[in-house]
Amino acid sequence: MHAVKVHEIKRNYNKVEALKGVSFEVRPGEIFGIIGPDGAGKTTLFRILTTLLLADSGTAIVDGNDVVKDFKEIRKKVGYMPGRFSLYQDLTVEENLTIFASIFKTTIEENYHLIKDIYQQIEPFKNRRAGALSGGMKQKLALSCALIHKPVILFLDEPTTGVDPVSRKEFWEMLANLKREGITILVSTPYMDEANLCDRIALIREGSFLKIDSPQNIVNQYSKRLWSVRSNDMSRLLKDLRTHKNIMTCFAFGDTHHVTVNQEKPSGEEDRFGFKDLKDFLEEKSHSEIEITAIDAGIEDCFMELAN
Amino acid sequence: MKVIEAENLTKKFGQFVAVDNISFQVEKGEIFGFLGANGAGKTTAMRMLCGLSKPTSGQGKVAGFDIEQQPEKVKANIGYMSQKFALYEDLRVWENLRLYGGIYGIPSREINEKIHAALAQLGIENEKDTMVKSLPLGWKQKLAFSTAIFHDPKIVFLDEPTGGVDPLARRQFWELIYEAADRGITVFVTTHYMDEAEYCNRVSVMVDGKIEALDSPKNLKKQFDAKNMDQIFHQLARKATRGNN
Repeated sequence: MHAVKVHEIKRNYNKVEALKGVSFEVRPGEIFGIIGPDGAGKTTLFRILTTLLLADSGTAIVDGNDVVKDFKEIRKKVGYMPGRFSLYQDLTVEENLTIFASIFKTTIEENYHLIKDIYQQIEPFKNRRAGALSGGMKQKLALSCALIHKPVILFLDEPTTGVDPVSRKEFWEMLANLKREGITILVSTPYMDEANLCDRIALIREGSFLKIDSPQNIVNQYSKRLWSVRSNDMSRLLKDLRTHKNIMTCFAFGDTHHVTVNQEKPSGEEDRFGFKDLKDFLEEKSHSEIEITAIDAGIEDCFMELAN
Repeated sequence: MKVIEAENLTKKFGQFVAVDNISFQVEKGEIFGFLGANGAGKTTAMRMLCGLSKPTSGQGKVAGFDIEQQPEKVKANIGYMSQKFALYEDLRVWENLRLYGGIYGIPSREINEKIHAALAQLGIENEKDTMVKSLPLGWKQKLAFSTAIFHDPKIVFLDEPTGGVDPLARRQFWELIYEAADRGITVFVTTHYMDEAEYCNRVSVMVDGKIEALDSPKNLKKQFDAKNMDQIFHQLARKATRGNN
């Protein structure tokens, strides 16, 4: 049985097509990432799967239950951490957790092992009002509250947005621990570099999935030839590269530029367009310290190719 | 010419030292990356530099004006854009620019011409009459940047301007930043994307209210024996003792 099975879900807001018919399945125990920019439809999808919003058409089954007919069953079994902090600001840390536990007819003690690693970090502040916590502590409290009833499936909507790289890494370490407890995790993120921490991902853009697969398979299927290029003047290099007819796309990636290359030369010439040809071209444009290497694509390269 | 001069700038909230004696300078036309973990003190420092919060001690000059004595002059000579783009959703594209032009006291006869130039630069002349709420996110972000620099400020502060936008739009946005810097506008930018730190001329990293590193990305990588900015950030931010846990 699939943990989640979605078939042709569509949802409009007036004239805006937020979801244009998405279908996918999530296997029990996997971390499934929904990866794409703001406005792609991630939150709409999460709200439909957590039975907080009705789709216009299509079906969705969560842990064997239909999101429309069996919504009450689903609400008992899933944990949901919305993108916006939604706990009770005027209650203390401990009071928030107690409320969530009692709503789900359990106690903090009963499932303490699940939240222990996370909750211990905020326990020293358990008498502080939730509204007075720092961003990182709020995030940990929200995750604890979403976990306290031992959900079968955990829905995390952009848990790391606006979070610095170090705290993001710590958060993903917590998710890996929860996976070991057998919890299925659906997580959305706009950060492409988090794709590799998921078992499988769906790349989403403008209400449609561009691709669903493991990060490794997506990267392996990248069809273009990709080079990394550097020189002494990176800003001018970007413009110069774009003028060359064999360079199809050129974008900045940190301290290097990634270019996709068409290696065909005009008829009559035997060899293919290579490093030497590009280097000659750049030297002619008076670049120095030129470095060109062939590289494997990352998820961000793939997203840009698929979105094109 | 220096556009920012901060000297022993400090901000305390009660016992808590949010910004701890920071000193640095930013040159005209420079793209300056202001990094740090959540809670390191970036926002507090930025609020002082924008004339919104008075330093507890130390001093600062921004765009030639003293942040404590002449905060209104500072505000008139800077641009600011946050992740929550401050655009009016129910106004048309040109109306947003018109409004900001008026607020910053640009003479009416110049405004129309400037609106035309700004939209041409973004390549969205055809969207002049579109309500901002129906623009795609990537365009909104570029429009927000255009409004932030509409009055030709000496410096523009960008607070996580690219959070959540798609990879292509993120890169196009950085090309706008380069163009602004080429025109002599100083850019002061915070980001959680470490690849974007590489696009800055110089980068500072704040830890527990102090600036722990400040140099060009190239020199920082040498200094910390790191392959990329991400490694440097992790090395430094892991040292934090206060903050966000």
